[in-house]
Formats: sequence, C-alpha cells, structure tokens
Amino acid sequence: MSDSPNAIEMHGIVKRFPGVLANDRVDFVCRAGEVHALLGENGAGKSTLMNVLAGMYRPDVGEILVGGQRVSFKSPQDAIAHGIGMVHQHFMLVPPHSVAENVVLGLDRPRFLLNLREVEERVAALGEQYGLNVNPRAKIWQLSVGEQQRVEILKMLFRGARVLIMDEPTSVLAPQEVGSLFGTLREMTGRGHTIIFISHKLDEVVAIADRVTVLRRGRVTAAAVPSKEVTKASLARLMVGREVLFQVEKKPSHPGEVVLETQALCALSDRGLPALRDVSVRVRSGEILGLAGVAGNGQRELAAVLTGLHPSTSGSIRFSGAPLGRQTRWLDIGQRLAHIPEDRASVGSMPGLSVADNLILRSFKRPPIGVGWAINRTAVRQYAERLVTEYQISTPTIETPVRMLSGGNLQKVILARETSGHPELMIAVHPTRGLDVGATEAVHKLLIGQRDAGVAILLISEDLDELLSLSDRLAVMYEGRIVGEMPTEGANINTIGLMMAGTKVEG
Amino acid sequence: MNRARVPYRLRIETRADNPGWMGIVSSVLGVVLALVVGAFLLRAAGAQDAIATYREIFKEGFGTFADWRAGVAALLSGGDCPKGLLCFGPLSDTLVKASPILLTGLACILAFRMKLWNIGADGQMFLGAWAATAVAVFILPKTTDRWVMLAAMAGAGLLAGMAYGAIPGFLKARLNINEIITTLMLNYVGYKWVEFFIVVGPWSIGDFESTGRFPKAATWPRLTEFADRFPALSGLTAHPGILLGIAAAIVLAWVLYRSRWGYEIRVIGDNPKAARYAGISLQRNILLVMMFSGALAGLAGMNEVAALRELNGRFSRGFGFTGVIVAWLARLNPLAAILVSFLFGGLLVGTKMIMPQGIASMLQGVILFVVVGTELLFRYRIRVEKVGPRRVAAAEGSHDE
Repeated sequence: MSDSPNAIEMHGIVKRFPGVLANDRVDFVCRAGEVHALLGENGAGKSTLMNVLAGMYRPDVGEILVGGQRVSFKSPQDAIAHGIGMVHQHFMLVPPHSVAENVVLGLDRPRFLLNLREVEERVAALGEQYGLNVNPRAKIWQLSVGEQQRVEILKMLFRGARVLIMDEPTSVLAPQEVGSLFGTLREMTGRGHTIIFISHKLDEVVAIADRVTVLRRGRVTAAAVPSKEVTKASLARLMVGREVLFQVEKKPSHPGEVVLETQALCALSDRGLPALRDVSVRVRSGEILGLAGVAGNGQRELAAVLTGLHPSTSGSIRFSGAPLGRQTRWLDIGQRLAHIPEDRASVGSMPGLSVADNLILRSFKRPPIGVGWAINRTAVRQYAERLVTEYQISTPTIETPVRMLSGGNLQKVILARETSGHPELMIAVHPTRGLDVGATEAVHKLLIGQRDAGVAILLISEDLDELLSLSDRLAVMYEGRIVGEMPTEGANINTIGLMMAGTKVEG
Repeated sequence: MNRARVPYRLRIETRADNPGWMGIVSSVLGVVLALVVGAFLLRAAGAQDAIATYREIFKEGFGTFADWRAGVAALLSGGDCPKGLLCFGPLSDTLVKASPILLTGLACILAFRMKLWNIGADGQMFLGAWAATAVAVFILPKTTDRWVMLAAMAGAGLLAGMAYGAIPGFLKARLNINEIITTLMLNYVGYKWVEFFIVVGPWSIGDFESTGRFPKAATWPRLTEFADRFPALSGLTAHPGILLGIAAAIVLAWVLYRSRWGYEIRVIGDNPKAARYAGISLQRNILLVMMFSGALAGLAGMNEVAALRELNGRFSRGFGFTGVIVAWLARLNPLAAILVSFLFGGLLVGTKMIMPQGIASMLQGVILFVVVGTELLFRYRIRVEKVGPRRVAAAEGSHDE
C-alpha cells in the first residue's frame, strides 16, 4: 500500500457527452479522512465527475489514482473493490425487501447459501459503530427517507468502502435529520473514512466540509480550498461566476380576497393510505403561501387534489368563493388555475413535441388558437414567439422539441404557458428543483411578479430557503396535517424544522 | 480477468438531436438493407441471380424505362401507337394494389400516433368489405346510380370498420384491456365472419364460395372501360380508389397537424400524463381513435371489394399487416405513406409471377425488421471507441487491505 496522504487523485479528467463537455480537464484531489465538498450548480459536472470516480462512466481522457495507485474502473463493482462507494441522490433499494437483504444485494459472496442472520448481525454492528441505527429486519418500504439513506450508507460500508461519495444527501432530509447525518459523517471520518460531499447548498458545505472544490461549467474554479478560508459569498461567486442575490427582492404583499379555501380536506394516497387529514388552508390574491414539509407528508397529494388530478374523500374546496365538489370538472376553471407540476419532464410537458405545441397545451381549445375544429397555425406561431420573447426562453426555434431544452428553459416554457392566461390561482410544486442558480433566480422573479399582479400562489417546496425568501406566510405539513402556520417575517427556522419533523410546537 | 481484449469497442449513445433527414435516410437505408438480406433469402429459395430477380420484380411492378418512354411518346402523339398506354400497365396494376395498402397504412398511422397498437386493420378491413358487399348485392337495387352506389358502399365499409374498431377501443378505454391482443384476435373473428357468409352461409352462389359478380354500378370504373372513346386506355386497370386513398391521406395529415383533435392525439402519444394534467380525456380519445382507425381500414375493405368486383373465399388476408409496415416505413407521416404504399403495391404486383409465392411477404417482413432496426440509428449514435493500453495495465490496481 502506498503511503500517499491523498485517498483520491483525479488528473485531467475529460468527459464528453453528445453536445456537452461535462468535465474539461478536471483535477480533483481528496485527502484521506476528510470531508471534501464538491460544489457547483446543476450541470456544472459534479455528478459526472463522481460517476467517473464511482465507475459508472469511463473518462474520455485522464487518470485516477486511489491511494497513490493508478486504477481503471470498468464498473461500479471495480470501484467498490477499490473501496469507493457512492450513495446516489435517488436511492437504489428494493422496497419489499429487508434492510439486510438490500445490503447483500448484488454481492458476489455468498455465492449460493445466504446466511441472513449473520448479515443482520453484521449490519447491526456496523450501525452501532457509526451511529446508523436501522433495524436490519425492517422492510425498506417501512422506513423513512432518512433511514433509507442510512441503509444506503450501510450498504457501502458493508462492501468495505473507505471513500464514500454522497450525492446531495441532504436534499431529502428534514433539518434535524441533516444534523444526525452530519454526526455520522464525522464519526466516519474519525475512523479514517473519506467523504466526498456533493452539494449546491452553501450553508451545508461551510458547516460540514474540511475542504471545498468548486466546479463551474465542467471546470475547476477552486481546488481543495480549506472551508475555513471561504465565505458563503465567495463560494457563490466561484460557483456562479458573479454576485448572487440571496434575498429575493420583493415589496410587501397586499393580500386581497380569499381565492382558495379548503376546509377539512381529506384524501387517500395512491396506496390507499390516508394522505391528507383535515387540511384547511386559505390563500388570498396577491400573496404566496409557502407549504413546508419533508417529502411524502401529503404535499404532493394536496397539489393533486387541488388541481383535480386526484380525488378527495371528504372536505371542501372553494375557488373564488364557488365550491368545487368531488365531481367538479377542473376543465371548467381552465386557465384561471395555473399548475406548475412537480415533474416538469414527465407530467408538465410533452418532450417530443415542439416548444410551440407545448406552449398551447392550456389554450388550444379557445380562440384565437383553437378555431372550430382547427388549430390556427398562424396564431400559434405568433403566440409562441411572443411567449418565447417575453419569458426569455432560449430555444433555437419554436419548432424545436422541448426535450432538447435545458431544465431551466423547460421550466420557463411551463411557466409561460401557465401564467400567460392571467390565472387567479397558482399551484407551484418544487418550481426550482434541479435548476441552476441563474434559472432559479428567473423563476423566483416570475413568481413574485405573479404575486404582485394579484395571483394567489400556493408554493410547495422542500427548499426552506426558497420558502422563506418567497412566501408571505408559511404553513408546515406533517403526516398529512397542517401542523403550523405563521407569517414568514420573523419565522424561526428551528421552529419550522421541528414542526417538519413532527414535534408539537406551541405558538 | 483474462478475457481477450479487442482494442475497440462499440458504444451506443442517445442522440441529443434528431435531424429531420435521419428519418428519411433510415427508411431508405431500411429498404436497401432489406433488399440485400432478401437477396440471400432468394438465393436460399433457389433463385440463381438475385439481382435479376429484383429486376424482374421491378419490371413487373413498375414497368421498364423503355416502356415508359414509349408510353410518354404515345401520350404526346395522342394515343396513336400500337401498344397504346398499356406500357403503363404495371404501374396501373400497382396503383390498384396500392389503394387498400395506403388505407390500412393510414389506419395504423392514426392509431400508432397515439401509441395505440391497432394490429387489427385486417379484420376491420374484412368487415368493411363485408358491409360494402351487403349494400352492393343485397340492399341497393342493381340499377342504382354508380356513384350513389359506390358512396353508399364506402359509407357502409366505413361504418362497419368503425363499429369493429370500437370493440377493442371500448375494451381499452373502459377496462384497460391490451389492444394488441384484442385487435389481433378480432382479425380471426373477422375472417371467420366473412367465411361464414360466403363459404357456408347465405351469400354463396352454389359451391363457388363467392357472392358472384357485383352489379356494374358497385364496381370501380376502370380506365379500360373508357376504351371505346379513348382506345389508348384499353387494358388499363387503374381506378379512382387510389384517389380515395390519397384524399384520406391528405385529410389525415390535416387532422394530425392542423386540428384540435390531432393535437390531442399527438399530446397523448407523446406523454399521456401531460394530457391528463391538461384535462384531455384519454378514454374518449382511445375510443375515437380506434373507431376512426377501424373506419379507414373498413374503407380499405370497400375499396378492395369494389375493385375485385366480388367477395369470395380468396379475399386477400394480410393488407392490414402490410399497413403496419407502411406506417413504420412512412414514419407515421400520412403523406409519406402515399409513396410507401405505392412501392409496396409494386412489390405485390411484381412478385405475383414469382415462385415461391411467399416472396412478397418475406421481403415485407425483412423490411419491417430492418426498419425497426435502423430506428436504433435514428435514436442512438453508435460510436467506436478505442480502448487505450493504459486501461489494460491499470486494471491490476490494488485492493485495499
């Protein structure tokens, strides 16, 4: 074994995808026993670089040294054989199987007979060691997201990972869970493990990392800087290449009439379990109500019920004073309701159809676009061109299929479509998830603009910073209930965090 | 790991962009490759010279350059030539066969656009032929005006195909029963339905397994019928059925690209979840699309029966399946289907004299395979990568602990 102090060295990594240079001669050096943050916007090349290190991709050019030895990985198995494991953003677990079964899944040994008892004991021992408490016999579907993440980490430790790559591990966690994850990471570095922490959240990076490497557009803009020597502002500049406004500029709101009002709304999830329990919310025109909560606490179902995609079981919804029953056709509301769906590629758009075709999805039935049975192509072109200019959608032509647009531009297409009909109510679900800082800023401005124009907005997001900077009022959801509501001004982030984790808070 | 190492390897990557010409290249390439593969199969079937066989098929299906030249010359000289316009005989026969192929192809295009896999165009066509026959022979009097009769037959064929398409459409929309299975099985029901009427049932004349010749009013007017006025037209079989097909193609193109319904179909075909989110009814459109797809196939049945001038036990199976191939080769573009069905009509006519009889189906099958295969080129890029020796050396990297 080499006595190199560097656990990982990557030199001159180049990785090209069709039309994209994801990594452009990237050097990355990581010391043994440190938490090394890899920071960058979406699309900066962080995940590509780490997928190269974890054996998912092969670099076009460049070399990788592990513990001073040159290596070449053909598969993630190769990487794990060299002690490098990755915990992906989307967990790779089999829900009906137990923790122990998931841990041994895909291993070469045992070849035939599986001594699950022994595995369970080893998993429990590992968990104890690192503060990763999970019952090895529990089925994955019974576990919370935080626990599932622990299983992923255990999986890697079980395989003998010395270097653990964590891809945006906090994006699915409540603040308290983040704290316990950080504890685990510290425990691991204390035992000589190395953590590579991919993130675009500056606070976390400053809090947990020993050193930081920043990527921008496939290139390194800061290599292994000790995190004590940087500030959030300087990191942001390195990441984006310009000064970033952390606070969204907005005027005080002037709420008007109640546009949306739900009373004791209940609904079942797709699996038939109670997902909404007596949800009562009110959104007035000209205000943004932010809905905070850890994923899976009913926010998705609430959005689906409010937009008519999912039935409610009891309770009432009033839209501008008129009741919407279970049988109400949401179609009748038409463009008065704008919906920014959670999943812009698979729900919000038709990837294979053109920008123009995507833009008319809400308006093709009415003049000037829909005339009788026909669609007026001239009107479509004018409409699409106007929106492309107005919303600064960057696309080669309006006939380009939207699957060729970036995430930010696709979101602009959806926002343009949903807001151009002068809605009264907007349901926006994770409107900036996966977008880079520039696109996020544009979306935020648009939402504030809509609010100032008198739209009532229900904003559902997992990003507390976003909620705090955009919303006028905040509601917190936990296990299908609204567990607290407060004006954003003066809201205490710790209180909100506790509410999100299900702790009863008075006041 | 001591596997033998090739210094190159293939890599399949998704294409970020699909230039429009790729579709055309891929279709043309599909046909060319199919001919190459077919040549080997022809060889295996006993053909001495595959090229000569292809040339023969082409000549039978489309004619020769010399014939065309003679034909054009005859046209220019006012039809005053010994052979008349019969030089265009093969082309004329090909147009006759192209019409039902075009209509079943359009039926498939409409359904496939919404990712509804209607492979029951054959059965729907049989029902259309059956209904048209009922009108021609058993409902309307022989003396009915020809165009009234043909219009009534077309209407009957259309409605029968529509009703027959509605069955799998309803089952899919209401109960989510796989339309591939239902449409496929209903083909056989359609065959047997017609068989019942003309083989064992009430429509057969004696033991002939046929309804007997239709009244003249119930048949397409062929060019040769006008030979007494224009002698040059003598012997030409072409009839207005192909115009019906072309008109249907133009209407379908308009519907798909210029109408609200067509927009809904394209939205559902691309992303049903987005359609639901936009309040477009999936159930209604599944039923409607299956019905109109069936209607086009039913029209193909009427078209064919009016050209054959009788419904008999040899009424050809397989046009519906040829329609599937036409739809893919045309890349689901109704206007491109006109050209493709013309080529397939030529293939059918050209292989009529060739033994074994299955050659046409075989070539069609190979074309479908190759076209679906070249779809890979259309969606993905295949790259040859050099594997550097460095990687080989580095593969002996150390294990921890």
